[in-house]
Amino acid sequence: MASVPMESGLLIAGVLFALGLIGVLVRRNIIFILLSIEIMLNAAGLAFIVAGSRWGQADGQVMFIFILTMAAAEVSVGLALVLQLQHRFKTLDIDAASQMRG
Amino acid sequence: MLGLLWLIPVLPFAGFLVLALIGPRLSRTGVASIGVGSIALSTLVALLVSSSFIASPPAGHAYAQTLWTWLQVGGFTPGISLYLDGLALVMMLVVTFVSLLIHLYSTEFMRDDEGYSRFFAYMNLFVGSMLTLVLADNLLLLYLGWEGVGLCSYLLIGFWYTDPANGRAARKAFVVTRVGDTAMAVGLFLLFNHLGTLQIQDLMQRASQAWPVGSALAVAASALLLGGALGKSAQLPLHTWLPDAMAGPTPVSALIHAATMVTAGVYLIARTHELFALAPVVQSAVAVIGAATLLLAGCSALTQWDIKRVLAYSTISQIGYMFLALGVGAWSAAIFHLMTHAFFKALLFLGAGVVIQALHEEHNMFAMGGLRKQLPVTFWTFLIASASLAALPLVTAGFYSKDMILWEAWSSQAGSPWLWAAGMAGALLTSIYAFRVVFLTFYGPSKTQVRRKPGLRMQLPLVILAVLSVVGGFVELPSSLGDLPLFSDFLHTALPAAPSMRGGVSTEIVLQCSAAAVSLIGIYLAYLLCLRMPQYAESLLRTPWGTALHRFWFAGWGFDWLYDTFVVGPYVWFAHAAKDEVVDFIYGGIAGLTQRLNRLLSGTETGKVRWYATGIALGAVIIIAIAVIL
Repeated sequence: MASVPMESGLLIAGVLFALGLIGVLVRRNIIFILLSIEIMLNAAGLAFIVAGSRWGQADGQVMFIFILTMAAAEVSVGLALVLQLQHRFKTLDIDAASQMRG
Repeated sequence: MLGLLWLIPVLPFAGFLVLALIGPRLSRTGVASIGVGSIALSTLVALLVSSSFIASPPAGHAYAQTLWTWLQVGGFTPGISLYLDGLALVMMLVVTFVSLLIHLYSTEFMRDDEGYSRFFAYMNLFVGSMLTLVLADNLLLLYLGWEGVGLCSYLLIGFWYTDPANGRAARKAFVVTRVGDTAMAVGLFLLFNHLGTLQIQDLMQRASQAWPVGSALAVAASALLLGGALGKSAQLPLHTWLPDAMAGPTPVSALIHAATMVTAGVYLIARTHELFALAPVVQSAVAVIGAATLLLAGCSALTQWDIKRVLAYSTISQIGYMFLALGVGAWSAAIFHLMTHAFFKALLFLGAGVVIQALHEEHNMFAMGGLRKQLPVTFWTFLIASASLAALPLVTAGFYSKDMILWEAWSSQAGSPWLWAAGMAGALLTSIYAFRVVFLTFYGPSKTQVRRKPGLRMQLPLVILAVLSVVGGFVELPSSLGDLPLFSDFLHTALPAAPSMRGGVSTEIVLQCSAAAVSLIGIYLAYLLCLRMPQYAESLLRTPWGTALHRFWFAGWGFDWLYDTFVVGPYVWFAHAAKDEVVDFIYGGIAGLTQRLNRLLSGTETGKVRWYATGIALGAVIIIAIAVIL
């Protein structure tokens, strides 16, 4: 099986991470922010997979399983936050929750 | 009997303690009986001790009593010990007796005052301190009494403390006398450092042995003590506090600022007269200061309209006479005048108090008048006191004491015709201003209604003091008039006689006659200017020179202005400038910088999550970049 070159895999991972980061910074809707965070997590997971396949090690895939688990946990907390935000501020705009300023 | 000496200062102190601790809970009668009773007992003991002292004089005409050692540091062991000799005895009797009369007067004078027990507590503390000063055996104990009377003076000038002006007057009195007291403290250090003791008799003996006449140390020590005396006795140039001290209740002015405390400087110089004899320069300075003060204060007294301020300037002037006497070595004459002055000046103040209260707190003499009929007892006693102050010849105590001073200013070795002439000019001024008060207050048309007549407790002291103002002089008759020097004979056990240099009995008679003439001329001038032809005084006042001089004298020769401009003003300015300390700039700067940084950083705390995320991302980029580059 022709292997994908590592550079291409890492490039995709980097692009995905950057897209996710831009999404986090630019979006104001908290659901889109959570989606962008998922993209960043998956970008990191992809980098692990690519690295694992490059050196023929299973550790990369193990790491990805961890990341999936953690992402599930993160989404449960994140959705709880979404509910709280909607409940308190009647909006999903993250900038509305800016009471804790100096 | 002499063993009871310690009771004399202790009784007023006990009265003070009782009044200070439980005074506010006592009834007015209770307060009065403790306040007056303690002084009365003290006076009684003083009389017993004096009679026993005079009847059977102890060895050396002095009696010392050591109660306990105050403190013991190295070779310095001042005792709480009392010393009674002729000088201390006279002072003690004057202080206790005049205090008793003024306390009695105050029970009625202050009857409606809220601070009744506070007043008597302070007054008792004052009498105790004054007796400590008078009876002290060493200069340190004397200094304790000295500061004690200063404190009481401060407390009583500011007695009606709700008026800020009274507080200012009290502060002024305290600070100005402090200038002199500091000099005196330095003088005590100097004396102890060089002579190793502060016990007065030892000190005088050692000084006479160790220091030749005119030596620099003797001059320095006596000049420093003189500084203390000038401050306390309100002499030039530290006299500015006394006229303002009239802000206190009138009995206080009578007791502290006329009869007793202000004469403490005279007592100090008489007490340490051996030291002053070693420094002829300082002694002649005392005479010159006395002469200058009596003239300056006499001129100022002529121009005042406030009856109490006239009396205050008159007090300064009369103490000037005492200083003149001390300066020419006429120790007994100074103490004699101190005694007669205590009687007639206390009487003048008490009389003024009656008038002021009768006219409902009216101090302006020009608003008074015609009180002769309405307050007869006050009028007659005030008249006697004024005659005594003006040295009306033959019948008043003031004549004999002032005549003795003038005679010795002429005849003594240190005296000179110039000093005598100053004294004569002062005598003329004295009789003019003394009778100006009488004529303005008691004669002429009635201008204000009398609202309150004095009762027995206010009139009895007036009558007793009036009797003393007359008969007080007969204890000392000059050689030309009966030659009965009882008083100076008695004092010569403690104070040496002034060596007479020029003039005999015939000169003395001539001088006495001229002094008598001057006194009568002064009274006649006052009569002319105040009653007969007031329009002449008015026109004199309206000339440009008259106006300028009046204003200048009224302001006390501009001393207050001088001190305010050159001492108080710069000091206040400096204090204001130094309020923000230079050292504080460093610490204040650190605090300010921290606060500014804090504000800067807390500005980044926007509460916006996306900004935080941006910050984290940027930080991560920077750290990774650093890690990659390095």
